[in-house]
Amino acid sequence: MRYMDDTVVMKRMTKRITFNKVWKSFFFLATTFALVTLVILLYRIVTQGVDYLSIDFLTNFASRFADKAGIKAALIGSLWLMAVVAPVSIILGVGTAIYLEEYAKKNRLNDFIRMNISNLAGVPSIVFGLLGLTIFVRMLGLGKSVLAAGFTMSLLILPVIIVAAQEAIRAVPNEQREASYGMGATKWQTIVHVVLPAAIPGILTGSILAMSRAIGETAPLVVIGIPVILQFLPNGLLSQFTALPMQIYDWAKRPQEAFQYVASAGILVLMTVLLLMNSIAIFIRNKFQKRY
Amino acid sequence: MVSQKENKTSSVQQLIANSRNQKTKKIVEKAMPALLFSAALISILTTFGIVFTLIFETFEFFKRVSITDFLFGTQWLPFSGKEPLFGILPLIAGTLKVTLIAVVVAVPFGIASAIYLSEYASEKIRRTVKPILEVLAGVPTIVYGFFALTFVTPMLQQIIPGLKLFNALSPGIVVGIMILPMITSLSEDAMSSVPNSMREGALALGATKFEVAIKVVLPAALSGIVASVVLAISRAIGETMIVSLAGGSTPKFDLDVTDSIQTMTAYIVQVATGDAGYGTTIYYSIYSVGFTLFIFTLVMNLLAHYISKRFREVY
Repeated sequence: MRYMDDTVVMKRMTKRITFNKVWKSFFFLATTFALVTLVILLYRIVTQGVDYLSIDFLTNFASRFADKAGIKAALIGSLWLMAVVAPVSIILGVGTAIYLEEYAKKNRLNDFIRMNISNLAGVPSIVFGLLGLTIFVRMLGLGKSVLAAGFTMSLLILPVIIVAAQEAIRAVPNEQREASYGMGATKWQTIVHVVLPAAIPGILTGSILAMSRAIGETAPLVVIGIPVILQFLPNGLLSQFTALPMQIYDWAKRPQEAFQYVASAGILVLMTVLLLMNSIAIFIRNKFQKRY
Repeated sequence: MVSQKENKTSSVQQLIANSRNQKTKKIVEKAMPALLFSAALISILTTFGIVFTLIFETFEFFKRVSITDFLFGTQWLPFSGKEPLFGILPLIAGTLKVTLIAVVVAVPFGIASAIYLSEYASEKIRRTVKPILEVLAGVPTIVYGFFALTFVTPMLQQIIPGLKLFNALSPGIVVGIMILPMITSLSEDAMSSVPNSMREGALALGATKFEVAIKVVLPAALSGIVASVVLAISRAIGETMIVSLAGGSTPKFDLDVTDSIQTMTAYIVQVATGDAGYGTTIYYSIYSVGFTLFIFTLVMNLLAHYISKRFREVY
């Protein structure tokens, strides 16, 4: 007695298996879409920009003429910006993370702080620009300075650093804290001598990645009104400055075709800086991160 | 005996020194939590700063322009000297056009690659693809904007003859590429957290991998996937540089995607790079637009949070 017709079963099975194969290749193609885009993007920028990239390009100031345009002021300006953003955002971010992970009790206020941080992470960067323009540039009278832009950028990347630092601190096993308490250490001693040293690779990795976001971020700088064609380098925290993405934006906007190539060269410089920072972050992650 | 006595005195000295240390220690133990708490307060102050800045300056704006004109006006002509018009609908239309195109690009590709990575790909492929996605997510938006203007637009112009230099299509597609890694990695996380026993159960019943992915994993991870899409929409709405470079600056209240548009963010950039003086109506208008933008993204973020909390299947 036969309950099933073999041929029908085989037919349906083959259909389902082919279906699976077809969809698998479709899913694979969808995955390569992102990769192909990245390759095209990088290829375009490298081929367009590499001819303009020279020592002169790195050491010249901005110019109205494409072949004399340089990126010196923007490159140095971005470094100044980072000199403000790095200490401010890391101190505030790590401090907040230590508070939330080690001290904060479960109550409404601390829940509110946590929810607030995750919401801040979703606020568009241009809105941070409006905040910076109103509070730092106008109210505190810092002007369009390194300090004003640095504070704005610090607030922008603060949620990223907090979350990274929280994860790093959380990954330190409790046994280590308890061992430290057992030796008579106080809470703060435990944090400084046990928790932080163990968490520092993770904190550093997260901070460098956040920094690399800040260095490429344009919108807040545009809103604050950072100038573009500057013929001098900043000489202090209250000095005017320009930054890499600002300079690229200005070049990209210009209608003359020659400036497209200058913009590409500028993007190459920016991407090199980013690549460098990311490599350092990955190096730290692989070299020093402990797994418990 | 003598040495013991010496020992004792030295230890007493130590004790005295220690008790002094104890005092500073106690102060440190008390002070540090307060200090760290004040660091945590900065993030709350930031939120208050944003909200109050936007509210105060928008209030100033509404002293000059009526709220109904702002909310329901279909013309945004702030620079027309005699009778400037501030109806925000054209800017919202521009933003929504770009966002919609971005979603159409990013959602199918994003979810398909998430399915591939979580259900089909070997560990080796996953370990190569994920860092590449991270790189793609780390590309500054100004670079994407340049890419849209100098590559995607000319390419589209060859396909669609009537396409203007500034349009909604090109920045829309590129914003889609920008939010793609976000949808992929968040959706992949959601799918990977579906327990293997469920897959194995379905496979044991004779399901193919495709059937497992579509009928078991996708429904189980749906809340996470939807939340990732909503978060990505929020990112697309707030995206600035791509749309200011490739989208143009002509706010229009229509459905045309081939012509120049202006989004909320692009308007703020236009005013910020222009020469509208402090205290003018145009100056205050960027805050009212910023406030509208803030509310849009806030609603999206809260919605994503709600979806992932409320509908999450816990295994």
